[in-house]
Amino acid sequence: MGQIFPRNANLLMRLSIFAGLLLAVELTLILGVYFRSNYFRQINVAIEQPVPYSHQLHAGVLGIDCRYCHVSVATSSFANIPATEVCMTCHSQIKSNSEKLAVVRESYATGKSVEWLRVHKVPDFVYFNHSIHINKGIGCANCHGQINTMAVVWQTQPLYMGWCLNCHRNPEKYIRPRDQVFNMDYVQPENQLQFGAELVKQYGVNKAQLTNCSICHR
Amino acid sequence: MQTLRSRRRATLTRLARYGWVGLMAMLLAACHSDMYSQPKFKTYAPSSFFADGRSSRPNVPGAVAVGQVKTDTYLYTAKVDGVVGAVMPFPVTADLLARGQQQFTIYCSVCHGVAGFGQSIVAERGALVPANFHQQRLRDAPIGHFFDVITNGVYRGDPNNGGYQSMFSYAARVTPEDRWAIAAYIRALQLSQNATVDDVPPAERAQLGR
Repeated sequence: MGQIFPRNANLLMRLSIFAGLLLAVELTLILGVYFRSNYFRQINVAIEQPVPYSHQLHAGVLGIDCRYCHVSVATSSFANIPATEVCMTCHSQIKSNSEKLAVVRESYATGKSVEWLRVHKVPDFVYFNHSIHINKGIGCANCHGQINTMAVVWQTQPLYMGWCLNCHRNPEKYIRPRDQVFNMDYVQPENQLQFGAELVKQYGVNKAQLTNCSICHR
Repeated sequence: MQTLRSRRRATLTRLARYGWVGLMAMLLAACHSDMYSQPKFKTYAPSSFFADGRSSRPNVPGAVAVGQVKTDTYLYTAKVDGVVGAVMPFPVTADLLARGQQQFTIYCSVCHGVAGFGQSIVAERGALVPANFHQQRLRDAPIGHFFDVITNGVYRGDPNNGGYQSMFSYAARVTPEDRWAIAAYIRALQLSQNATVDDVPPAERAQLGR
């Protein structure tokens, strides 16, 4: 019986070992890039809600404060989604026959929930608390972006651990005065690092503690 | 003949040949997500257990949360024997007025305007005209009136007979203490439109430029 493989198959064999290794490395990299991609994290993907509610109109044009609807943001871990009654505070009189608000009116009449879709998510092992961030001078826009310009809300920040730590390690880069937290158009001063360091001290932010595991994982 | 050494070598060879199966199995076992999505309800999570589909449950009627016994009826209703009172339940301080200003700006100015004249960008879009706090009727109203309106809202006509709620209750959004702070701030707003030089302490008058 003659030889099946010619002599130069030895070279192919050796090359394929390297090619295989390369493929493994590439796959690892591709997976790494995929899981960090905006596509996987749903960043910059506008999420259509059951009611075509526009933050751009309400928060931007009309200038309604975030807390008018998200009442509990400064006192609770969770920034509440407004109850149907909050919508109806105005919409029982303004645009009260609008087709776009039919879902809201139905919810008000029947007591059934409007099923809003969640845009910003963290895994269940993360204990995120809105109130502490609000009360220590982290602005809404720091994590949520310019919500007041979004007709349909999308996520602008990755919300993964490295991103959180970026600020938990250097809060002075992002902290702002408490009375500017809800200002969506806040611009950092030029001496932010120095100004921020003063605020960190003034608000009693304990930097050493901020990177403890149990600050976010309990 | 099989020696001990050759038998051991055969075992090792088999391990090297088939070990990857076990290794892959171990790797796969690491791919679980039960910490990522834990069997618990986070805020607003839906639940198939209850008929209304919500995991968050309403309070049992009559339940009182710790620290929320409402024994001080004036603080929570602004009424004495059904009549609104004219005094604050606690002293007015500069901090309280600042708090009142902040809360007024968030919840009231949307319709009544930041200066309380009943003009605002939102009110322009509706058919109703919000109350102007500087009219004589409201300047004469006792301070408890403002607390009462924030708490219960305003009805136009009889609610059981074609009447409707022109202002909704803000009791769910503004705490009783903050409602009093807003009432005090409305008083300050009213004063601001009707103050004279005599209201300014003599020592401060120089700052007015006269």
